[in-house]
Amino acid sequence: MGIVSPGFQGRRRTGGPALPPGQYLTDDFPVLSAGPTPKVPLDTWEFVLSTEAGAEFRWTWPELTGLPQETPTVDIHCVTRWSKLGTRWQGVSLDTLLDGVDTAARYALAHSYGGYTTNLPLDDLRGGRAWVVHTYEDGPLPAEHGGPARLLVPHLYFWKSAKWVHGIRLLVDDQPGFWETAGYHDYGDPWREQRYQGD
Amino acid sequence: MTATTTVAGLASWRVARLVQRRTETPTAQTLILHVPGWPGHLPGQHVDVRLTAEDGYQAARSYSLAGPADGDRIALTVQRVPDGEVSSYLIDVYAEGYPVEVRGPLGGWFVWRPTESAPVLLVAGGSGVVPLMAMIRARRAAGSRVPFRLIYSVRTPADVCYADELRRRARDDQGLDVAYVYTREVPEGWRGEPHRIGLADVNTHGWPPELEPLCYVCGPTGFVETVADLLVGLGHANRRIRTERFGPTG
Repeated sequence: MGIVSPGFQGRRRTGGPALPPGQYLTDDFPVLSAGPTPKVPLDTWEFVLSTEAGAEFRWTWPELTGLPQETPTVDIHCVTRWSKLGTRWQGVSLDTLLDGVDTAARYALAHSYGGYTTNLPLDDLRGGRAWVVHTYEDGPLPAEHGGPARLLVPHLYFWKSAKWVHGIRLLVDDQPGFWETAGYHDYGDPWREQRYQGD
Repeated sequence: MTATTTVAGLASWRVARLVQRRTETPTAQTLILHVPGWPGHLPGQHVDVRLTAEDGYQAARSYSLAGPADGDRIALTVQRVPDGEVSSYLIDVYAEGYPVEVRGPLGGWFVWRPTESAPVLLVAGGSGVVPLMAMIRARRAAGSRVPFRLIYSVRTPADVCYADELRRRARDDQGLDVAYVYTREVPEGWRGEPHRIGLADVNTHGWPPELEPLCYVCGPTGFVETVADLLVGLGHANRRIRTERFGPTG
């Protein structure tokens, strides 16, 4: 327990699902990003998966949206301390995209239109826990929230769910991404409150 | 893109006590905190502030540092958020000598280093002015002669944070220009109507892209989206535009 601040009461939530430590609930959908929002036209959009051996797998917009679709409803947790429950998305599971990809890599580096990168262990992209999503609630994913498509990895802090995702590089060695280089945690488990380096 | 930050000691919470409080606007106050062992910070960085109740309940929020480090004293400007459990405590209850916990400095991207030589454009929406004010103060403190321009969008004249200091600095800090955009109500004798920031404001009061300025934009999401899009449209390179969005954070 921390040092008590005299007179602080706070506003406790009663009932409902537990939140990760240090998070508070919001009904809004705030935005965290480092620069301008890239505008990516759908007719040139593509998603590129590359392996440590140099193999490349590419999907155009019609190809990606033509793959089997899933509709995850998930809770999301931002490192800036808001959590939002029961968000509905539609997209393609990374299991589908990784199916048949021959790799010995243990790490992944997602990269985005606009230059943003973030790293994750490859295992965290498997097992029905990660998607490339293009629909939020009932409409196309807005650009400020990462559209046309973003990564969705809800069991990690939300900066790992790279907006404007352009592709994923599979790597033998871990390589910190943009926010990780700026001081955020390498892994980012909200339930262990891994916000910053050293947590 | 590269960014680095002070990582040493970042993971630990430090006890901070209120030394002094200053009213900036009817809804914003600056708190000067004494933080023994504070490691220093760069303008633009923020801290997490954590409050603990008698029964162990905790709440934490992020606040921008409003000025350069002054030894083991730091300044935070807190904007009251309706129903905000942390901001309302800090503004209404928190008293001199009371402890809170702080952790930081945090954020290694939205920072300005006094060693930079490029001209700087700062664009603030509302309480987004706080980390930009830290840059203006740090510029002066470091004796930097880098040209700075601030475009500050506020609802009404009464909402201007640091109003007197900005007036004084615009006069005395050589190479600092300050321009205002009023969205609801303009000062008496002001030429022009209330309006939301637009192309003309950014073009008139910003830098031409050929000068390759560093642009820092901070404010609510919609404001930041608008300004960043305008800057890109005017020809500024994406990588020269750094943004920080303020959500409702209670």
